[in-house]
Amino acid sequence: MAKSIDVSDLNIYYGDFLAVQGVNMTIKARAVTAFIGPSGCGKSTFLRSLNRMHEVIPGARVEGKVVVDGQSLYDPTIDPVAVRRQIGMVFQRPNPFPTMSIYENVLAGNRLNSKKMKKSEADSIVEKSLRGANLWNEVKDRLSKPGMGLSGGQQQRLCIARAIAVEPQVLLMDEPCSALDPISTSAIEDLIHELKSDFTIVIVTHNMQQAARVSDETGFFNLKATGEPGHLVEFNPTKKMFSNPDEPSTEAYISGRFG
Amino acid sequence: MTNLAKESSTLGGDKHISMTNPQLPRFAPLLVAVIAWGLAALIGIIALGGSIPGIVVVGWIIFVLALPAWSRAIEGPRRSTDRLVTALIWTTFAVAMLPLFAVLTTVVRRGAPALSAEFFTYSMDGVLGEGGGIYHAIMGTLIVTGIAALISVPIGVLAAIYLVEYGKKNRLSQVLTFLVDVMTGIPSIVAGLFALAVFTLLFGPGTRMGVAGSVALSVLMIPIVVRSTEEMLKLVPDELREASYALGVSKWRTIVKVVLPTALGGIVTGVTLSIARVAGETAPLLLTCGVLRVTNFNPFDGAMQTLPVFIFSQATSGGLARYVPFQVERAWGAALVLIIIVMALNLLARVIGSIFSPKTGR
Repeated sequence: MAKSIDVSDLNIYYGDFLAVQGVNMTIKARAVTAFIGPSGCGKSTFLRSLNRMHEVIPGARVEGKVVVDGQSLYDPTIDPVAVRRQIGMVFQRPNPFPTMSIYENVLAGNRLNSKKMKKSEADSIVEKSLRGANLWNEVKDRLSKPGMGLSGGQQQRLCIARAIAVEPQVLLMDEPCSALDPISTSAIEDLIHELKSDFTIVIVTHNMQQAARVSDETGFFNLKATGEPGHLVEFNPTKKMFSNPDEPSTEAYISGRFG
Repeated sequence: MTNLAKESSTLGGDKHISMTNPQLPRFAPLLVAVIAWGLAALIGIIALGGSIPGIVVVGWIIFVLALPAWSRAIEGPRRSTDRLVTALIWTTFAVAMLPLFAVLTTVVRRGAPALSAEFFTYSMDGVLGEGGGIYHAIMGTLIVTGIAALISVPIGVLAAIYLVEYGKKNRLSQVLTFLVDVMTGIPSIVAGLFALAVFTLLFGPGTRMGVAGSVALSVLMIPIVVRSTEEMLKLVPDELREASYALGVSKWRTIVKVVLPTALGGIVTGVTLSIARVAGETAPLLLTCGVLRVTNFNPFDGAMQTLPVFIFSQATSGGLARYVPFQVERAWGAALVLIIIVMALNLLARVIGSIFSPKTGR
């Protein structure tokens, strides 16, 4: 079910502005890959280019190759909508649909695509996804209540449930815990550990400890200088990254000596 | 206890800083107001010959001078300024409410006697003096504005969807936005002339049709609907659109199933308010629908009476002097009904807005 992602010579632009330059990496299947780096270095931009969410912003474009399962995502024949069905995304701020109940939010990916399904099938998808997101026990008695009525941490787990309900190959997470308290954060980190047996997970985080705790591999992004494009400094297994990094700037960033 | 108080007073420093300030009693504004207008009444009777507007103005001047002066003497300059500005703001509020209040009371006072079962159920067919009703005008207004809404709501909402969702800052959408702004300022008589010209070209001179009035009204309505829908769609956060895209939902489905439901309350409110806005238009309907004394349910055939035009024709038509009081009474009665309809639409807009707005569940 899970797929790996090969990225080669990826340049990402906002109009004429080159935001991220020359990224090469292979993201492993059924593993958690974390991206760290200072603000504005292009981690989120890179993440969004992995499921063609980048081009939603007017003027944004991409050069280079992103290959998933032998298909180049930026090939003209590829349908971005189909890509996003395979590669789901969880955003920094929880964003449940305000007009929908908890139940409808989980089913949103299926319902919005007008997939016909039986009530029992829908119920089982909702339960499975909410259990998968560790939210079932908290909301099972109020599935018809609005999703916006949950706490921030619950909303974020609802968004994760919504993302995994469409059974994607890859799950991208853009700082999923930055708006949450430590308890919700720990709930989501546990969840990431469980999810990685089924999904390929890519997570952007500002929290170094979080990257160390949850990820198998880590990529460090940095700016060459202010105004220059961001680039991938180092990409290594997390253990090596946090004990014996190849690059001195990685060590400086991780140990808190800059950025 | 006293020990504790002493100790704590020395904690913050040696000097005792008072945080109290002398204050005017709570009834001070009322007292000054009574004295001011009492004085004004005295002055008015002696010097102005008892004119009531004169007394009100003089009393107001005394109040605005006296209360801040008293306050300045006791409470200091900041409180005094506060009282002055408070008085000025209440004055502007009262001045703004005055015409509204006057219009409402006049219309209710003069229109209420005209209301009766006959007034609502009879047309003016064969009526010259007493009797008759506005049934034909109410039906005409409902049909004409209803068709106008049918024309303008789809066009307006779809245009707004194009402007916000598809034409993000491109050339065409800039031109469209500019044209919509220009259309908002079109005088209603020009819209009426436009519709009259169109239907004269199509059906020959002297054409009177209900649907022509609807076309004229929709020329006025479309820009309002576009504008309000546009604002509502812009309020839908981009995060929701992105959340939907990230689930592999296509753009048009995102618009139909996520963006529109989220903005629905605001859109419905805007549409209802625009209907209320055009329901009272007179000039374009006078040009296009004409005047009629009997009930006509067919908007595609012949003249059609509407409430605003009914009010106009009843209030201005001459005739025998003994018929005039009845005509004027009917005009006021129709005016009251029109105001009630518009107010009901406004209330309906609020109710619908609160029903459709997203619920937080808290």
